[in-house]
Amino acid sequence: MREKILSVIEQNSRLRSEEIAALLGENIDEVRSEMRAMEAEKVIAGYHTIIDWDKTGKEKVYALIEVKTTPQRGLGFDRIAERIMQYPEVDSVYLMSGEFDFAIFLNGKTMREVANFVSEKLSPLDEIRGTATHFLLKKYKDHGAILDEAEHDERQIMQA
Amino acid sequence: MKDLISKKVIDIKPSGIRKFFDVANTMKDVISLGVGEPDFDTPWFVREEGIYSLEKGRTFYTSNAGLPELKGEIANYIQRKYKVTYDPDNEIVVTVGGSEGIDLAIRALTNPDDEIIIPQPSYVSYEPCVVMAGGKPVIIELEEKDGFKLVPEKLEEKITDKTKMLVLPFPNNPTGSVMKYDELERIAEICIRHDIWVLSDEIYSELTYTKEGHVSIAQIPGMRERTILINGFSKAYAMTGWRLGYACAPEIVLKQMMKIHQYCIMCAPTTSQYAAVTALRNGDQEVAKMRESYNQRRRLLIKRLQDMGLSVFEPEGAFYIFPSIKKFGMTSEEFALQLLEKKHLAVVPGSAFGDCGEGYLRISYAYSIRQLEQAMQKLEEFINELG
Repeated sequence: MREKILSVIEQNSRLRSEEIAALLGENIDEVRSEMRAMEAEKVIAGYHTIIDWDKTGKEKVYALIEVKTTPQRGLGFDRIAERIMQYPEVDSVYLMSGEFDFAIFLNGKTMREVANFVSEKLSPLDEIRGTATHFLLKKYKDHGAILDEAEHDERQIMQA
Repeated sequence: MKDLISKKVIDIKPSGIRKFFDVANTMKDVISLGVGEPDFDTPWFVREEGIYSLEKGRTFYTSNAGLPELKGEIANYIQRKYKVTYDPDNEIVVTVGGSEGIDLAIRALTNPDDEIIIPQPSYVSYEPCVVMAGGKPVIIELEEKDGFKLVPEKLEEKITDKTKMLVLPFPNNPTGSVMKYDELERIAEICIRHDIWVLSDEIYSELTYTKEGHVSIAQIPGMRERTILINGFSKAYAMTGWRLGYACAPEIVLKQMMKIHQYCIMCAPTTSQYAAVTALRNGDQEVAKMRESYNQRRRLLIKRLQDMGLSVFEPEGAFYIFPSIKKFGMTSEEFALQLLEKKHLAVVPGSAFGDCGEGYLRISYAYSIRQLEQAMQKLEEFINELG
């Protein structure tokens, strides 16, 4: 049942428990208790809203920063990740395979703010060997949602 | 001047679905739960194959009966699903939607005054097709108390020595009713005993929500040789606009259907046929995903309508729900029209699917959950205001 609940709320986190129960044909109390359990276990780590900030007229800058590091003996990458993720402007931190170690998504007000973060906060860390900053020019699809697409129905009146 | 037009055509009633939506079309902000097609786009890998076939310049006719590759995949699919074998070279024709297959079958089998039995409520094209072919439609009225299934007694009652064929429209549009194996067995026994053909319209077969899944009457021993099986890509693969279906039948009938097909249609659209090959080969997962999504919405609507105090027959197939509105003392057309005028919500009156659909509404749940929720709120308000 967990997997079913998750696949439904992954698409729409605003569904009420009675709707989820009806969609899945499950008992509402069981759905509620499963959801509470998953929240407690952090299987469900949060409920977010996908916002297209461009449409609000508010200036926002997103950057992807590739980071190369020197892992520390006995601690691997975890300790560095813990340091990086403390910064509130850091949106996501992922450990990657390949050319670099971390991909950091940064959410800033201005380009200067991003630049400052890289030069003042990130690069000075001992374990960091190098960074490359890429600015996002436009978001087309985010968390499975196509941003510029209004819900429209192209189906025409048909005798079917 | 009126004599210019064929009397047969003039006498055909315009579709009740269309008539109603012509009204809805003149209004603004209408939420419609009236459309009888999937709300999904065709899966991307299928569209991509269509694009690729165009890039390769595959823009010629295919052979009349369809791409050999596609007929082969159709035969594989039916073998895989129902353990029924069709010879792709002589027993399958690829058609322009399931609708063409229905027309071909009826025209190929009907002699003047032959009786074709049509259970209703059902899809609107069977009756006019029989009339156009010079046959006589004989209607069986399906009832909610029987789960809108075809029961043997009702069939037996309508059979005469003129009966040529039975149309079997399951999973059913508009009721969502499906027929199980043992129920089909009883129908099959009668068809064999009276030596009548079956036109089995299985276009919604993949959208069956029972544990056993869809059963084709062609699976029942003794039935393959008297069944014309119609299916297609529109509903299962969300490919309505590609216009692609198929008919499988014993060679003795298919040979004759092929003549009509080749003179009227030549062949089904080439691009669609290439795309369909991929759909059949690699589509199972996507179909399962869409089926699960419809099933979720089906459960949601059953619950919402029950909570409103409506009597709801629980559909097990297709993507329609068929609640009864008899207790409000209005015809289904009156109800639907008032609902449209007062709440700007469009549904199809049950009477559009035959006289016995009177007292019901067809609500399609091939809409987003958000749209369905909005629509259910409007319906609830409307019902509360009726008191």
